[in-house]
Amino acid sequence: MNESPPPLLPPSEPAAALPASPSTAMPAHVQLKATLLLVFLLLMVVGAALYVSYARGAFEATQQLVLITDDSEGVVVGMDMTFAGFPVGRVKRIELAEDGNARILVEVPLKDAHWLRTSSVFTLVRGVVGNTNLRAYSGILTDPPLPDAAVRTALRGDASAEIPRLMAESRQLAQNLSAMTASDSPLNASLAGVQAFTDKLKGPGGAMGALLGSDAEAQKIAQALDRVNTLLVRVDGLAAKADSQVFGDQGVMREARATVLQLSAMLQDARASLVKVDAVLEEVRAVGANARVATTDLGVLRADVETSLRNVDQLINEVNRKWPFARNTELKLP
Amino acid sequence: MAPTRSWRSVLGEAGSAGTRWSASWWQVVHVGAVIFVLALSPSSYERGNRIALARHLYLATAPSLPWFTALSALISLVLIRIVVVTSLSYGLSQYAIEMVVRVLVLELIPLTAALFVALRCTLPSAAELAQMRARGEFDALQRAGIDPLRHELMPRVVAGSFAVMMLAAVSCVLAMVLAYLSVYGFRLSAFPGFTRTLGQIFSPGVMMIFALKTLLFGGAVALIPVAATLNSARGAAASANTELKSLVRLFSVILLIEVVALMGNYR
Repeated sequence: MNESPPPLLPPSEPAAALPASPSTAMPAHVQLKATLLLVFLLLMVVGAALYVSYARGAFEATQQLVLITDDSEGVVVGMDMTFAGFPVGRVKRIELAEDGNARILVEVPLKDAHWLRTSSVFTLVRGVVGNTNLRAYSGILTDPPLPDAAVRTALRGDASAEIPRLMAESRQLAQNLSAMTASDSPLNASLAGVQAFTDKLKGPGGAMGALLGSDAEAQKIAQALDRVNTLLVRVDGLAAKADSQVFGDQGVMREARATVLQLSAMLQDARASLVKVDAVLEEVRAVGANARVATTDLGVLRADVETSLRNVDQLINEVNRKWPFARNTELKLP
Repeated sequence: MAPTRSWRSVLGEAGSAGTRWSASWWQVVHVGAVIFVLALSPSSYERGNRIALARHLYLATAPSLPWFTALSALISLVLIRIVVVTSLSYGLSQYAIEMVVRVLVLELIPLTAALFVALRCTLPSAAELAQMRARGEFDALQRAGIDPLRHELMPRVVAGSFAVMMLAAVSCVLAMVLAYLSVYGFRLSAFPGFTRTLGQIFSPGVMMIFALKTLLFGGAVALIPVAATLNSARGAAASANTELKSLVRLFSVILLIEVVALMGNYR
């Protein structure tokens, strides 16, 4: 290195002594202090590097998730995927697949992986302010957990893409509104009709005239109502008369009550007659019993008669033997 | 005839100015390369040089460190407060930390540290070198068998760039702590979220650009004033002229590095 010295010019005067320079004053323990400073800087740099590595998830065990979407605009490497607002993964790489879709490789730390299930839904939402959010939703947390290297489709929602559509729709709406409120619009005509209707309501015919179309018709209805009223008065009188016919002093009801009384007396008589019949029947039963006893006696009598006849037969036979000329041996019963 | 002559003279002047300009830049690059090689060679760290290096390292860093740290903490606090309040009023408070870290830690603090070290340490040190050289101390050193490049220049350059890195590192860490405290207050529960945000900001590319920028700032701040002294003529007037030139050159280099870093980060 000595061959490339700075262009030092030859000395013009004798050199001053080195220790005479005020800048060469030596602080105490300068080597130790310098070493401490060096070590401090080294520690800070190494610590910062380790901390940033930790912050970027270098020391976490992760599993991979691939999200497929047709447009990955706004997605940047390192951005978070959130679940319920909490970051559960970060985008590691974005690549374009063979079929033209974007593949977003997300690294999910294993300690957060249990939030993602096989039934989880992933959305890619671009806000109006320009930030893009990658979100995961797990409806059923009892489903089996999402396997490593799972491939899912990210549903895309784009707030700024909605704006033109929203504008077109609101323009359509405004057009419809202006068409509705135009002077010759059906709505206006309807309102005019309503106004005419309310005018008629306020008129002499009132609601009746408005309903029937003209005051004359309303008049007819009023007349009909008057006649119905008269009819009702007459019906009322008729009812009063019928009342006196039925319930009056000479009314049907009174006679009916007398008839009922007579009927009751007749029933009393009938009950007395039945009691008598009962007694007769008792006697008939006694006669019956006597007849049964008489029948029994008749059997005994018959046996006696049979014995007497046998004795008579023997007697005749005796007589016949003793009286030989008697030819007629036949004996006739009395 | 006269216009031709003047045209020629103008061209000649422009040519000689251009030659001087490129020669002086070449001088800077050359001295830088020499000092870089010296700084990497173990023979530069013999006992005498080691003590000189330690002394310059300590004198360049230690007196400035508390002042600069206090100053940058104050400015950081003001800026953090402004950013946080503004972002709150726009409802974008989730971007406050990111904004603070990007503006303060990545851009402003290294730049301020470089300028502070230049004004406080390396420019006076270069002036001192120029005085030493004017007094003929370099020749005395050479006669005494001591290489002035190793004994005087290399320690100052290394100390200057070390001071830039040290001040920038301490102030960056402090600014991040202050940002955390201003946004979340004295509680630890927000630390995972803060860590995550930092992880998102400090991607490998950003880290590399940040490290390179700080290194280059340190190199430029330490080297350009020192190299200018070697390039200069002797004399008080010439010395003042050289200091001014080196200051302009230093600022333009710092600006260039900053612009390139910004282009790298936010292209």
